[in-house]
Amino acid sequence: MTQTSLVARGGADNSAPSRRTPPRARRSGLSDKAVPYVLLLPGLLVIAVLLLYPLYQMVDMSFHKVGLRQIKVTNPAPAEFVGTDNYQQILSSDLFWSSLRNTVVFAVLAVAFTLILGTLVGLLLNRLGKKMSTFVIIGIMSAWATPPTAQAIVWKWLFDSDSGVVNWTLNLLPDWLSSLVFGRSDWSGQPWFNDTSTLYFVLIVAVVWASFPFIAVSVLAGLKSISAELYEAARMDGSGAFTTFRKITFPLLKPVFAVLVVLSIIWDFKVFTQLYLLAGGTVNRDAFNLSLWSYAEAFSSPPKMGLGAAIAVVLTGILLVITFVYVRQIVKTEDVR
Amino acid sequence: MSPLARKRLGAAALNAAGVAVFLFAVFPVYWMVTTAFKPNDQIFTTAFIPFPSPPSLDHVSRVFTKGVAGHSIWQYLLNSTFVAVSAVVIGAVFALLAATAVARFRFRFRTSFLILLLIVQMVPAEALLIPLFTMVKRLGLYDQLLGLIIINVGLTLPFSVWMLRTFVAAVPKELEEASWIDGASRFTTFWRVLFPLVAPGLVATSIFSFITTWNEFVYALTLIGDQGKYTMPVALQFFVGQRSTDWGGIMAASTLMTIPVLAFFLLVQRRMVSGLVAGAVKG
Repeated sequence: MTQTSLVARGGADNSAPSRRTPPRARRSGLSDKAVPYVLLLPGLLVIAVLLLYPLYQMVDMSFHKVGLRQIKVTNPAPAEFVGTDNYQQILSSDLFWSSLRNTVVFAVLAVAFTLILGTLVGLLLNRLGKKMSTFVIIGIMSAWATPPTAQAIVWKWLFDSDSGVVNWTLNLLPDWLSSLVFGRSDWSGQPWFNDTSTLYFVLIVAVVWASFPFIAVSVLAGLKSISAELYEAARMDGSGAFTTFRKITFPLLKPVFAVLVVLSIIWDFKVFTQLYLLAGGTVNRDAFNLSLWSYAEAFSSPPKMGLGAAIAVVLTGILLVITFVYVRQIVKTEDVR
Repeated sequence: MSPLARKRLGAAALNAAGVAVFLFAVFPVYWMVTTAFKPNDQIFTTAFIPFPSPPSLDHVSRVFTKGVAGHSIWQYLLNSTFVAVSAVVIGAVFALLAATAVARFRFRFRTSFLILLLIVQMVPAEALLIPLFTMVKRLGLYDQLLGLIIINVGLTLPFSVWMLRTFVAAVPKELEEASWIDGASRFTTFWRVLFPLVAPGLVATSIFSFITTWNEFVYALTLIGDQGKYTMPVALQFFVGQRSTDWGGIMAASTLMTIPVLAFFLLVQRRMVSGLVAGAVKG
């Protein structure tokens, strides 16, 4: 064993001219060049059939009228080509602007709060003692691990109008304070899910609660990689906490933040599960965001799959543009440095 | 104030903040679990009851015996487990092969493939729902758990390959070369040398896929119509009635659904973070 590993390592040794090229496996039918392609084939096939082809189909369907007769299993009717009709229908619909607004406002607020809270908790974890930080990490892990369906259900229960803990807590506030801040003092029976703005408020709370732990743990991992000497030097120069963060921590963690921002935008832009459950399905049209609207058009009766696909194309397009612009920005600034 | 006193005060403030974060994160989970063990008169009340007194097993036993939507919760747990385990096993084989190709070989379309992996992960899964639904329907896989398994393999594969390739690349190539010199075939080397060393990484990647599939909601909702074939996330919503919600039952079921995920999370927590950040991908 020692013998062979010595020989193998000899491959890099100049004094052993007989071993210039790395050793190869005993020939087994396949030529060396074909091996990676054969290994790649099953995975590539899955990606092509289950991701790339549907992507093409989504765009194709968005230019067609696809209803019940077109998706029948036995001899389906051919889909009628309608040009940009579906897109015109979307743009002229009131639902487009309200669901676009809901999508964007939710994403901006949820991403901002998630990143701020997550970063603060990450900085906090870095300064806590070992026992305390493990304790807090295990705690935030439980929020992170809760499945999206359970997240929505738990927060729906916490914000329940009659027996919810939130209304009970708000009732604890002194009446003058509650009236001053919210304009009301009695919260008993306050419904949170009838109105779009309060519904989205609960959605933001639920999503931020579930996603800040990931940001916090990632920021912590990034902070641990920054050398302590830099902070030492900053302190010697009399730098305050905020300046240190702005001048040292943030620039060094920029690549991490870039990834976290893109990930958060992608996750929050297309939020579906939690919204679907909090809004109680597709009955409340004011509460639609783009993904819920797309789903509602395609899967309620009569199904309008083409229209739903067109909305999905718009959603995907916006998402790809945001991601692309952001990634390019990052690449640019990295090049300049 | 002396510097020492100030330092102590600062540490106390930090610890207090830590406790506050802990409570904010844990309280909803705590509330879910305790509600599952409260009798109904302690659930449907305007009073604040911090913990069930005395704890009741009514809801837990009810979700197992009576269940929801005509089936015991066992049925849904079983469906979820079957879908998740099958998708994970199939996905792990495909991912391991592809990851080996990417991490061990230099070939013409290697970079293109890596970029492809990144791009397909940017596409929201929710957007592909409509074309995949028509595809599943045409193939006669509607209402079949098999259809759901196939879809989940597709949804989790790009991330699995991305994460696994770093584990393969971390295994020193010299080990395989040594095995080749000993006259081992390519397959023997893969199976006897590379596989055991990549196994921990494969487990971590598989757990990630398991959690994604276990939690998956929108495809399970659309591709399955037969109530006996529902997975847990879909079955949960049937505790919500037109007029009132069975909060005790739904909390018991949610708790049951969360337990395996939480256990897995604590197991692979560290690997998951590094994998996600290194990969810049969805979860």
